[in-house]
Amino acid sequence: MTVDSPPAPVQLDTPARPRRIPPAVLLIAPSIVFMALLLGWPVIQGVLQAFRSDEGFTLDFLTRMVEDPYFWPAVRNTLLLIVVMIPLQFAFAITMALLLRSNPRLNKVHFFVWAIPLALSDLAAGLVWLSIFNDRGYLNSVLTSLGLGSVPWLAYDNPTTLFLCVLVAEVWRSTSLVLVIVVSGLQGIPKDYDEAAQVFGATFWQRLRHVTLPLLKPSLQVALILRTILAFQTFAVAQALTGQNFPLVVGETYRWYTALQNPNVAAALALVILVASMLISVFYLRALRDKGQEGTR
Amino acid sequence: MTTTQTKPLAPQPDVDTAPLKRLRRDRALLQAACIVISLFMLVPIYLISLAALSTRESLNDFPLSLLPTNLSFETLGAFLGSTGILGAFGNSLIVGIGTLLISALIGIPAGYALARFAFPAKEPYQLFLLFTRALPIVVLSVPLARLFLTVDLYDTTYAVILLHTALALPTTILISASVFLSVPIDVEEAARVFGCTPAGAFLKVVMPMALPGLAAASIFTFVMSWNEVLGASILTLDHRTLPAQVLTSLADSPLAYRFAGGFALVIPSIIFIAFMRRYLTNMWGSTIR
Repeated sequence: MTVDSPPAPVQLDTPARPRRIPPAVLLIAPSIVFMALLLGWPVIQGVLQAFRSDEGFTLDFLTRMVEDPYFWPAVRNTLLLIVVMIPLQFAFAITMALLLRSNPRLNKVHFFVWAIPLALSDLAAGLVWLSIFNDRGYLNSVLTSLGLGSVPWLAYDNPTTLFLCVLVAEVWRSTSLVLVIVVSGLQGIPKDYDEAAQVFGATFWQRLRHVTLPLLKPSLQVALILRTILAFQTFAVAQALTGQNFPLVVGETYRWYTALQNPNVAAALALVILVASMLISVFYLRALRDKGQEGTR
Repeated sequence: MTTTQTKPLAPQPDVDTAPLKRLRRDRALLQAACIVISLFMLVPIYLISLAALSTRESLNDFPLSLLPTNLSFETLGAFLGSTGILGAFGNSLIVGIGTLLISALIGIPAGYALARFAFPAKEPYQLFLLFTRALPIVVLSVPLARLFLTVDLYDTTYAVILLHTALALPTTILISASVFLSVPIDVEEAARVFGCTPAGAFLKVVMPMALPGLAAASIFTFVMSWNEVLGASILTLDHRTLPAQVLTSLADSPLAYRFAGGFALVIPSIIFIAFMRRYLTNMWGSTIR
């Protein structure tokens, strides 16, 4: 028996011979069981929780969710935040990655500093920017010392500045994730392509548009999917900066669960997030793949 | 001497120095841009540290001083002394380490299998892993809270450990698979040729080579668990982790408390990244694809 088992890795090259349970199955089985129990089962339960009451199937929770006065503002805010933030932070992250690629002095230090927010929670980011944006915070202190007068950045009747504050805090925190993915993508692209294009007289923008970005597409695709899914889950930033004044969908889930003690409506809200994340992933995978095929034709 | 010097000097006015100047100017702009971005990243961290380390009275001043003139540990001390904070620190540590251990225990063998073996459902399994990365935390937390209530796990650190492990496991598997892929299969075969059992070859040869990468992956798991807010605050009442504790006491706490809380959450992340910086791109770049 023990003499028989050593040739297992040889199966790498030859097709697997299913004589007994291969070691690979034994190795991955625990992870499958664990994920089925703690990822698969809750999702099914979540769907049931949102659509089932004691009397069977119901849409009550869904209608309660939709009729809540905070629901549509929360949806609008979440979508607005994503639509504005994602392009902004991708432009920002690509710029940062290109700056690092051109080998500035101290580039290791810069990279370290730019990566710090990678390990920050959105709650921490919210609190950090609260110290800057609150009425008697550092930003207003600076503005007052310059004689410009203070601005109530986080006042509930000022939705534009509320949005800007949440946006700045989120861009500050979450761009580093995109940066790290783009930097590692750039490391995989030989500089030769760029230099060849330069030799043939391509300008910086032409090289970026026709050489670097197409080669970066796989990294950008991953970063886009990850970032958008994570952006749907943003809530502690808004909670820390604005309390209830800038509702986001996940924040609403939290409120329904903790303050209003209604897990069913919370589950319905969670499903909204789940469906949106799934749709967006499929959309990105399709959109970026189709463009890729056109490019090769 | 003078003739030989004038000769090379003579054509110099014809040399077009504009490109060189442009190059120098571009380099200078580049450096400046890097410094501006670094300041954008650092200034908020400086300010939260300043706010957390100021005295309570100086926080009431307006305009606030941008220089550390009134440093004290009073605010931070009050934050650490307030009820639940030290316990929450402990809970965060327990949850983080528990998550790290369980996800390593389950994830590393799976990662090894993914890297070394061909098995029937490999493609679907990998797709399944990618899919689970996209599962939002909220979707899991609410139903899990109900499940944990029925099995008496609600409001324990175990509940949070299980949730965080579920969230971290797909990433752990994918990262450890890429770490094992970077260990050449030849060394493992050599060990086997010289009489190691598969387990022996793994423990004595592969593991030492994979350890740095796996350690980095573990730190990532820990960071994820340390930062996770929503699930932890839904699954617990009295045994909260630090972010959950700060979040729930947010509404009815003074600004000084919030700043101290923010500072307490920021400092560990700087330390994590300092440890991790060599692995950052490997970790996120090669594995997610």
